Amino acid sequence: MATGIKDKVVILGMGCSKFGERWDANAQDLMVEAFEEALADAGIERKQIEAAWLGTAIEEQHLGKSAVPLAMTLRLPYIPVTRVENYCATGTEALRGAVYAVASGAADIALALGVEKLKDTGYGGLPQRGRGALNDLFWPNLSAPGSFAQLAAAYRAKHGADKGDLKRAMAHISVKSHDNGARNPKAHLRNKITEDDVMRAPMIAEPLGLYDCCGVSDGSACAIVCTPDIARGLGKKDLVAVKALQVAVSNGQEVQFDQWDGSYFATTRIAAERAYREAGITRPREQVSLVDVHDCFSVTELVTMEDLQLSPEGTAIRDVLDGFYDAEGRVPCQIDGGLKCFGHPIGASGLRMVYEMYLQLQGRAGQRQLKAPTWGVTHNLGGFPSQNVAAISVIGAYGA
Amino acid sequence: MSSPGFGILSFGAYLPRARLQRQAIAAANAWFAPGLRGLAKGERSTCNWDEDSLTMAVEAARDGLVGFDRDALAQLVLASTTHPFDDRCNAGVVANALQLKSALRTLDVTGSLRAGSSALMTALAASTGFGQTLVVAADARKSKAGSVQEMHYGDGAAALLVGEGEPIARLIGAHSETVDFVHQYRMHDKAHDYAWEERWVRDEGYLKIVPRAVAALLERRAVDPATIAHFCMPGTLSRIGAAVAKRCGLPDDAVRDNLAAVCGDTGAAHPLLMLAATLEVAKPGERILLAAFGEGCDALLFEVTPAIARATGRRGVHGALANRREDGNYMRYLSFNDLVDLERGMRAEPDKPTQMTVLYRNRDMIQGLVGGKCRKCGTVQYPRQRYCVNPECNALDSQDDYAFAERNGKIMSYTADALTYSPDPPTYFGMVQFDGGGRMLMDFSEIEAGKIDVGLPVRMVFRIKDTDPMRGFVRYFWKAVPA
Repeated sequence: MATGIKDKVVILGMGCSKFGERWDANAQDLMVEAFEEALADAGIERKQIEAAWLGTAIEEQHLGKSAVPLAMTLRLPYIPVTRVENYCATGTEALRGAVYAVASGAADIALALGVEKLKDTGYGGLPQRGRGALNDLFWPNLSAPGSFAQLAAAYRAKHGADKGDLKRAMAHISVKSHDNGARNPKAHLRNKITEDDVMRAPMIAEPLGLYDCCGVSDGSACAIVCTPDIARGLGKKDLVAVKALQVAVSNGQEVQFDQWDGSYFATTRIAAERAYREAGITRPREQVSLVDVHDCFSVTELVTMEDLQLSPEGTAIRDVLDGFYDAEGRVPCQIDGGLKCFGHPIGASGLRMVYEMYLQLQGRAGQRQLKAPTWGVTHNLGGFPSQNVAAISVIGAYGA
Repeated sequence: MSSPGFGILSFGAYLPRARLQRQAIAAANAWFAPGLRGLAKGERSTCNWDEDSLTMAVEAARDGLVGFDRDALAQLVLASTTHPFDDRCNAGVVANALQLKSALRTLDVTGSLRAGSSALMTALAASTGFGQTLVVAADARKSKAGSVQEMHYGDGAAALLVGEGEPIARLIGAHSETVDFVHQYRMHDKAHDYAWEERWVRDEGYLKIVPRAVAALLERRAVDPATIAHFCMPGTLSRIGAAVAKRCGLPDDAVRDNLAAVCGDTGAAHPLLMLAATLEVAKPGERILLAAFGEGCDALLFEVTPAIARATGRRGVHGALANRREDGNYMRYLSFNDLVDLERGMRAEPDKPTQMTVLYRNRDMIQGLVGGKCRKCGTVQYPRQRYCVNPECNALDSQDDYAFAERNGKIMSYTADALTYSPDPPTYFGMVQFDGGGRMLMDFSEIEAGKIDVGLPVRMVFRIKDTDPMRGFVRYFWKAVPA
């Protein structure tokens, strides 16, 4: 059994662009914005970076293929640069590359940068794209909200949940995230909303209304990671370490085998188990201080609370309505506003979540700072409930 | 006359569920064509956006083949004036959808409203020992907004299985007249028919050409017109069936309903559709005279056999008529039929090319809905991949073909997706769990708002998946509809 990466890698610096409809910015501008902040935060020069990973998902929308756009934009000095793409979990995948490079000893300092420029399509929602020559012949004609809405029907059927209760819990999730996002200057949507707003919003994919869906935004986030020794050598104190990084990818069992019931994410459950084991977390509901999950849609967040072992199965509706995940609750969820308020520039989101953990653990989260958090968990998900990539990180104080 | 063991073995039918209310057509167009008000009675069948003559043909064929061995088919004939492809064997697509063996004769028949009746006549003329022929006729004719054709036409399909066995009806005789009497026409690059004055069509066409054909047939077979129990003749002219029957000396009560009020005239399919509807009510020993008019006339005389009593278990015409959805949305009909330039939004723009290499390699999976069943662990799965999906098995190349098309299932999850582009939003799709195993995340069709939930039983239907206007291609796949 591998020993894992716990405490082998620390975060030297991070940056995050302002997310939003960045009509003013190319993807390259967003990359520079995140990188400049991270570089200054790390207190190093770009030539000290030994390897880099670029996460961007819809290359045809803006940057094109390969890692060259990152090397060109940041003027990286002929170092190994790799582009990764793994659905909407691309951001965490980029971080995993950099963290593994440092953990392996192949590099002392590595960079991960995620970016997506979504608002150059001319329409709302994610850009449309082909899904592969064979898949296009038989996959349903689905949108992202449509595929995630499936969860609601299956969850309701499995737990005998009342349609109205489920919708109200979903509404509470969005209201809570907007409350949080309103306090975050880098969030795209900074308006508070009410439960009524959510319930009355136009239907996008039954039962997901407009306010059950995350925003669509441009943005970039960046992490510079290194060994603990390097960080200490640079005079850093209160190091924030990567405690675990786990990815689980569907192999077809959900969509082709008759066991999965459609109400949860098989991948998230497996990745969470592995991540908790790697980090040494045994009682997530008691131990985790805060989570930033992939709330692409309100119902995704709801079922994810169970998949992360924070709510016992079948009780997420109750926990959500009880305020367990509110800013003042036991395990604040989406304290930065989440995808709901940041939107979801695909390649950036996973790193944006880690950025919030990093700020919170360092006590630098401003108005939304939580009291003495110790374990932060991020959950970054790509694909569809029946076929997806789940990427989970655990971030905590070095040595804790 | 053919041998006693040769004739029509089975029949099937299909009509699209949507029945456009003629009142809606008149209400929208009477400002310009007030004469339409006089035709504003009843309803006509009309294709959903994902249906065409080919998909309807598949449905009619499936209905006609219930209880019959598909491997026994030697020939598949597809008749239509609206084949989607001018060059690509349309019957071949139907054959693939039905998973017929490749050792099969196929024939696309077209060019006339008699395409269906002539195809049937030809199949019935086959010598014994030829094997079974499935004759399918389907039409989805387009018509201009506010035209009389829009009122009269309907979309539909019928199938007749012909060959050796225990026929439910035997052919007594047939006769054709070919006369270049152009009552309407459509050249290959035109979308709509052009028709001449109805009074001339009636007096010089129907009332002269059909009686000549009927008389020739009955005289040759020495059959007294008064002994005809059922007279089936399509025709949209007012009371034309009765007028022709009278001219031919047929009993008044032999004239069968031309289904104008309930589905409209389904073009090349209509003679076969009327014949099928009649077989559903005919009694052993009765004689059915079928006459199809169009640049001449096909006349076929049948005698119903006692085996008709066993012809059950199918949807048939009456079942197809009963499975209906009233539709008063004339604008939607215009949109489906390219009669209005609807703003479809940017989400309708993506290019949808089909790679022929990919389609060919996966034709059974896509057009036949064939998955796999593992020989080692018994797991049923779709699609059939090299490794079995069962995590306890994962055997390599262990699967046999497993056809899902005739298996029903239940909805496991669903949504009504209003974001993704559809010609008829919202898009319903979700996971279907098949009875007997296997599941698919797939498109649904024919879902009515509020009438869907987890557990709803569904069946599979062959439908248009995507259209590719840039290259002029239509690709087909299977969808789930309420069972």
